[in-house]
Amino acid sequence: MITTTTMAHRTPLYETHLALKAKMVDFGGWDMPLHYGSQLEEHHRVRKDAGMFDVSHMNVFDVKGREVRDFLRLLLANDVAKLQTPGRALYSCMLNTQGGVLDDVIVYFLDESMFRVVANAATREKDLAWIRNSAELFGGVQIIERDDLAMIAVQGPNAKEKVYRALGEPVRAATSHLKPFHSATVGDFFIATTGYTGEDGFEIILPSTTARDIWEALREVDVAPIGLGARDTLRLEAGMNLYGQDMDETTTPLESGLAWTVAFDPPDRKFIGREALDKQRKSGAPRQLVGLVLEGKGGVLRSHQKVHSEGLGDGEITSGGFSPTLNRSIALARVPAGLPRGSRCQVDIRGKLLEARIVKYPFVRNGKSCLA
Amino acid sequence: MSNTPPNLKYTKSHEWVRRESDGTVTVGITDHAQDLMGDLVYVELPEAGRKLAAGKECAVVESVKAASDVYAPISGEITAANAALADSPETINKDPYGEGWMFKIKPSNPAELNALLDAGAYDAQVAAEKH
Repeated sequence: MITTTTMAHRTPLYETHLALKAKMVDFGGWDMPLHYGSQLEEHHRVRKDAGMFDVSHMNVFDVKGREVRDFLRLLLANDVAKLQTPGRALYSCMLNTQGGVLDDVIVYFLDESMFRVVANAATREKDLAWIRNSAELFGGVQIIERDDLAMIAVQGPNAKEKVYRALGEPVRAATSHLKPFHSATVGDFFIATTGYTGEDGFEIILPSTTARDIWEALREVDVAPIGLGARDTLRLEAGMNLYGQDMDETTTPLESGLAWTVAFDPPDRKFIGREALDKQRKSGAPRQLVGLVLEGKGGVLRSHQKVHSEGLGDGEITSGGFSPTLNRSIALARVPAGLPRGSRCQVDIRGKLLEARIVKYPFVRNGKSCLA
Repeated sequence: MSNTPPNLKYTKSHEWVRRESDGTVTVGITDHAQDLMGDLVYVELPEAGRKLAAGKECAVVESVKAASDVYAPISGEITAANAALADSPETINKDPYGEGWMFKIKPSNPAELNALLDAGAYDAQVAAEKH
């Protein structure tokens, strides 16, 4: 893939991050805040109180038209037929014909002629080309890019209460009853009970022109700015996949811990990638994604470290790091199928083989350890 | 703005070196280095008695972001390592030139100390790396 972009993209909050003295990094072609001082403190702040993330780099687009539901039932591996009340959300992979993951998205049902999709930033051009191409059989379906919108995630045990204080009682009235994976539109705000941290909270989609004011309003009620560094450790503790690391076009959802997101029923729904997945499901996926916990000290689990398991062959860490909540190193790893939970393996860290245990993930949910 | 005390010597690879009155030298990583790494979460130190050649990797620091090698600034023998860092690696972030010291070396060739950078030369190198 060739990109001719010479300057990194900036979100409407770019100047705000600079004023907060953020350490800025390039992230998939976007100039984004890595942290505002201490990544560890930001992590704990989200687990114990409330933090906010500028996620305006995410690719938001609306899919409109008379046949939009039928189109999305072809395009996505999960089934939007599950979305029957307006506002409901669904997590899904978008697959190629070999069953490889092109991207993972959240799709929101707004009305019978309009769904909203939030996809990854780095895959934007590839996604849009694929979707437009796939939509050709559905004459009436339109893809509308929403570059006019920004997105702020507010996460943590006190996140919702602080959002109500900052944005007012109408927001409380419209959203306080929402269960996870629902959304409501309140004036200019599209507010969803989704997130990437394993905590309670909202993802708020709003006009770019209002992003700075809303960010400041949230700061005034003591919501801490959180950078991409803590976003990564929070999502890893929450056991949530990161596209490009834990899955990509060369891996299927069945090999990526995402079988639960593929709707095989009804059997006659012909979504893209289905044939390949049906085959793999019958023969059994040769690899699986597992959680790892490093047993002693001796280093930090990192992506691309090799995982050795007696008799079953080798695998590789896809996402690894230090878990601030658990105060030990954790990882997601793709290993040969058949390694049961609780079994041991060895991870090669700088030439030393260190003991790790295969565990169920998430590692952390709502501030608490899920490890037995 | 990083802090570079004038009474210390430095390496291009971001270690600092302090000459002690007993003839040993104390070694750590600079304020600039800890700032680049971010929050440290793991430190691996050399054992006392280990003999080192100047420029050879002898310790590892891992932050939330990445792992980095620490190099021996001069040749000699390790006489002590800061065991307190095992449980609180963040001490290096908080006090890189004090409580965050990493190990002590008994120099085998004290003349090597003359080849190290002074504070001004180190700051100039850091400034050059930023451009």
